[in-house]
Amino acid sequence: MTESRDWPLYEVFIRARGGLDHKHVGSLHAVDARMAIEHARDLYTRRQEGISIWVVRSEEIVASDPADADAFFEPARDKVYRHPTFYDIPDEVKTL
Amino acid sequence: MDTAALEERFQARIDADERIEPKDWMPDGYRRALIRQMAQHAHSEIVGMLPEGNWITRAPTLKRKAILMAKVQDEGGHGAYLYGATETLGVTRAALIEELLAGSAKYSSIFNYPTPTWADIGAIGWLVDGAAIMNQIPLCRCSYGPYARAMVRICKEESFHQRQGYDIMLALARGTEAQRRMAQGALDRWWWPALMMFGPPDAESKHSAQSMRWKVKRFTNDELRERFIEFTVPQAEYLGLSIPQGTIDWNEFHEVLRGNGPCNRERLEARRRAHQNGGWVREAALAYAEKHRSGYREAVQ
Ligand SMILES: [Fe+2]
Ligand SMILES: [Fe+2]
Repeated sequence: MTESRDWPLYEVFIRARGGLDHKHVGSLHAVDARMAIEHARDLYTRRQEGISIWVVRSEEIVASDPADADAFFEPARDKVYRHPTFYDIPDEVKTL
Repeated sequence: MDTAALEERFQARIDADERIEPKDWMPDGYRRALIRQMAQHAHSEIVGMLPEGNWITRAPTLKRKAILMAKVQDEGGHGAYLYGATETLGVTRAALIEELLAGSAKYSSIFNYPTPTWADIGAIGWLVDGAAIMNQIPLCRCSYGPYARAMVRICKEESFHQRQGYDIMLALARGTEAQRRMAQGALDRWWWPALMMFGPPDAESKHSAQSMRWKVKRFTNDELRERFIEFTVPQAEYLGLSIPQGTIDWNEFHEVLRGNGPCNRERLEARRRAHQNGGWVREAALAYAEKHRSGYREAVQ
């Protein structure tokens, strides 16, 4: 009961149906990738929620820093001309 | 930015119904309160497997047995989702489980009551899972993202738990006189403990106000309890069973919380034994994986 060493943590991604992306569903502990995939099947697809599973060690994930999010995503903020709605097209012009 | 300014911005995000994610700045109090609540919730799912698990081998039919196994397996899954969500706050599952086994962590007092008859399994599904659903649905909109997402998954699965319980009660209520009496006995036993699941009355609930401000909680204990009663009374009427008369014995609630319920010792003992007996498996699996590191990846490629 003094052990505090747990199995490594994996993040789990599931493709719900053909044609969809793999989506993050949560995490789990497993000794290796094979066990992580089997446990992910038992934990996250008990009701046919998926047809494909990806797992990755949580420590391998590199993320952007939420504290810097404002500055980091700032460059896109003033580029409204990247959206089709920026342009006023006369009603007479069709299929554009 | 100083702490006061950060706290102000944090509260503004909460007020705007934004979700807080693991790496976002959050007040220590928020983190601690969530760890406490989510760990208690995870422990409850795991300990909650015990009162029902002991009926799996004695379920009256193969169908009931398969259903009960699926339900108990779901509860284990709920525990796993919740430990996982709690770990995003910077604690380890191993440490949380140690606290549970050491007796220093709480879990829902409902699981310290015994299940003497098959009807108790019906009453648990109907009332205990029913009360859990009432508590859990608002948590799907809780301000902490990983908790809210785990709750969405859990709530999807809970509905089956409640309905299979009611289905058991229905079969008994429509059965022989002895079966009907068994159903009534289980309702009598579980009614008050189920109402206690919503926690102490609002006036005594020490964490409620802050929890509401942080949008971890969205309704008060008494509001949820009232709604549960409102939903459940007609369901009992349909079964032809009568709801016990009286009031909640809060003394009993506090005694069970303090560890003096009918099964507190037995439940923790069962968890400790399971954890100890599984120790060699956890060790061996880890040792095997370390020896064959990346073997699976190579085999697949
Ligand atoms: Fe559950
Ligand atoms: Fe449940």
